Amino acid sequence: MTTAVDYNDLVALLQKQFGKGFTPATDYVEMPAALIAQVAEYMKNTLRFDFFDMVTAVDYSDHFEIVYRLQSIQNNSLASFKIKCSKNTSVPSLANLWLGANFQEREIYDLFGIEFTGHPNLKRIVLWDGFEGHPLCKDFKGKVYDTAN
Amino acid sequence: MTLPTEQFILNIGPLHPSTHGVFRMRVTLDGEIIQDVEPVFGYLHRGLEKLCEKHTYKQNIPLTDRLDYVSAINNNWPYVMAVEQLAGIQVPQRAEYLRVIMGELQRIASHLLAVGSLMNDMGIFYTAFMYMFREREKIIDLLEMVTGQRLLYNYMRFGGVSMDIPTEFLPALASFLKVMPGFLDEYDSMLADNEILLSRTKGIGVLSAEAAINASTSGPMLRGSGVKWDIRKTAPYSVYDKFEFEVPIGSSGDCYDRYRVRMEEMRQSLRIIQQAVVLLPAGNEKQPVPLRLRPAKGETYAQIEAPRGILGCYLVSDGTEKPYRCHFRAPAFINLTVLRNLLIGQKLADAIIIFGSIDLSMGEVDR
Amino acid sequence: MNWSLSPNWPGNFWLRLLIIAVVIIAYVMASVIMFIWMERRVIARFQSRLGPNRAGPFGLLQAFADTIKILTKEDIIPTLADKLLFWIAPAIAFVPTLMIMAVIPLMNGLQLADLNVGVLYIAAISAVSAIGVFLSGMAGNNKYSLVGAIREIAQLISFEIPMVLALSGLVIACGSMSLSSIIDAQNIPFILVQPLGFAIFMVAILAEINRTPFDLVEADSELTCGFNTEYSGMKFALLYLTEYSEAVVGSALITTFFLGGWRGPWLPGILWFIIKMFASFMFILWLRGTLPRLRIDQSMKLAWKGLLPLALINLFIIGLKTVFFPDLSRWISVPAYIVISVIIIMLWAIFMRKERQSFGA
Repeated sequence: MTTAVDYNDLVALLQKQFGKGFTPATDYVEMPAALIAQVAEYMKNTLRFDFFDMVTAVDYSDHFEIVYRLQSIQNNSLASFKIKCSKNTSVPSLANLWLGANFQEREIYDLFGIEFTGHPNLKRIVLWDGFEGHPLCKDFKGKVYDTAN
Repeated sequence: MTLPTEQFILNIGPLHPSTHGVFRMRVTLDGEIIQDVEPVFGYLHRGLEKLCEKHTYKQNIPLTDRLDYVSAINNNWPYVMAVEQLAGIQVPQRAEYLRVIMGELQRIASHLLAVGSLMNDMGIFYTAFMYMFREREKIIDLLEMVTGQRLLYNYMRFGGVSMDIPTEFLPALASFLKVMPGFLDEYDSMLADNEILLSRTKGIGVLSAEAAINASTSGPMLRGSGVKWDIRKTAPYSVYDKFEFEVPIGSSGDCYDRYRVRMEEMRQSLRIIQQAVVLLPAGNEKQPVPLRLRPAKGETYAQIEAPRGILGCYLVSDGTEKPYRCHFRAPAFINLTVLRNLLIGQKLADAIIIFGSIDLSMGEVDR
Repeated sequence: MNWSLSPNWPGNFWLRLLIIAVVIIAYVMASVIMFIWMERRVIARFQSRLGPNRAGPFGLLQAFADTIKILTKEDIIPTLADKLLFWIAPAIAFVPTLMIMAVIPLMNGLQLADLNVGVLYIAAISAVSAIGVFLSGMAGNNKYSLVGAIREIAQLISFEIPMVLALSGLVIACGSMSLSSIIDAQNIPFILVQPLGFAIFMVAILAEINRTPFDLVEADSELTCGFNTEYSGMKFALLYLTEYSEAVVGSALITTFFLGGWRGPWLPGILWFIIKMFASFMFILWLRGTLPRLRIDQSMKLAWKGLLPLALINLFIIGLKTVFFPDLSRWISVPAYIVISVIIIMLWAIFMRKERQSFGA
């Protein structure tokens, strides 16, 4: 049975490595955006979380939240992270650590506009190259959405 | 002395008989060897995730059908599971077993299409494809008996399934289960030792286990590389912990192993359906749920083992009757990441075979 | 009964030339129409479906319906295509097939020209048709067609040599290259006397006429029609006709060289010829309905490493027999050679399989 790690233990371990800033919750750990690259590397190489399950973003009106899910196939465990980043900031990319993050980060860039620094090919992926705007943001006013409701 | 040669860029797709939907690959070729691949997709992007935010929870269930239109019942499942987790809805046991039966039938149908299309790409002029579709028609008839639909079923609801099975379903299912293993044996006798098929698929598109895990592949792609990771066993959902079945894995991660994994998974699905029919309890097929459901505020994630990989639904609710954010972790989209690495250095004829063995469904890739 | 045509006709030989030319062209066209019908119905039955059954009884007029449809389509020439080559390539592809039929006897004496270098003529002309295919691929200014055209030339060159060597075995056995004497020498059809030659020739002729498993030239799941992607209208009809008339010619060659041509008891020669031609085409269809296709490098490997050594061995054995055992009784030599061929083919298949496994692909 895939068990989630004990988030309090995980936070203690991470705080020992990287200092303060981690907040545990019931099923995720919240951390500052700047630390994501080092924490990801630590999770992959030391704690053997080798399967990058999912990354997605949510638009709360004044900030974005990026949610990561990592799994460890050897230990059959999962760990979930969240970072908050304000609009118009950029976040370090994890595509060089896990190839599976590549397309998903491009999709977040395409639909939300969050830039991932260090990504090998940050272009639009599901929308065409000349599209203006980022549709999944709550304040997107495209041709379809400002005529309906 | 070497002759000077030029590379040229060939556009495979978007309108092409073998790209399984609208998908475009710009390959840079040097003779027949591929030097670089740029996959271009998004032709089927319908803004599904934005549409989910505009509709109520129940109105989104038919939208989820359109994700992976080849295996539609499985797409309802993670969404329905996520909403049930947030709203605290209990699902009756009969509904769980019905979900399993329909899901596994759909898995067999989806794998038949996947293998049939792969055989078609290899040049068997539709013969294997038509034989597999003959069986897929039988499954679709069974599903039509229950849901009334042939391709996009809209079958699951919060708290169960939308309708109970009619009386003629179980005898029809029993006669299907009796003949299907014979048909699977027929496919194996025709295809599994075919010399030309072996030389077209063995050693082609090899994906090592570490590369597969690193690229977040899942489903038959991951299992074909030898990694025993199946959500139905490692994180059982619904009533899968009550069934006895095996998870077939390949050894070398080439196209042949992926094809064998799909064929074996069909046999295991038949086993699961047989056990589910025996264990099917009486009861309601769904729990009554308010029409305008307002789940508690919060977020959750639910995942299932769809025929193409791990299909997950990340749901954020803000207490109103429409979801705040609904994201689908689409397996075909993430499996596609590894296409570039698999194709470079291969010949053009192999590119189509490798692409067919990844088994995409563009509705999932583009959402 | 002796059904035959005398070689001396009134009106010098021009009348005979004219009439037999018309007969051959009519025969090829009628066979093409029947082959198209057979292909669609028989392969449909393989696939547990019906095939065309609306146009005429049993769908027999489907080819006419298709022809009318193709002829009424617009003839599109791409702007950047090479106009002369584009226009002339289908003709270059089609005419050689008719030229080959000129030397094949449909009945005793029903042959346009009984060349005494018939086999050499056939080997030479059969390559010209592939040049037409290559030109049509090149002229369309389309990368898919170009890839198909390049594959065509590679495959043609590879399989021409085993085909000619297999035919040389026949020539040694008969002592003459003329087709009518090859047929006269077949008291026992050569399929039994030279089974290894038959196997090699069968595979090689499949590759020459671009049928499965060697239809990678027009692989419609990879190249969307290959060399005839850019064609439409009458030119496409001509290329489509070429594909089937090559199948007619291939079946006719197999019939003539290995099945005994028009020879057979009771029925007139032409009926036996038709029966045998259709039987070989049924076999070719059977292969199309069941086998996947080979990749270009695999098909070339088959030609150079598989067929060529076998063809040389075949030639060597036939030469040995002709020089050292010219009077060996048929009752001994035929079964002996069948057994030897089966052993050689099995050994070679084991050798090729070991090679595939060691190289992995």
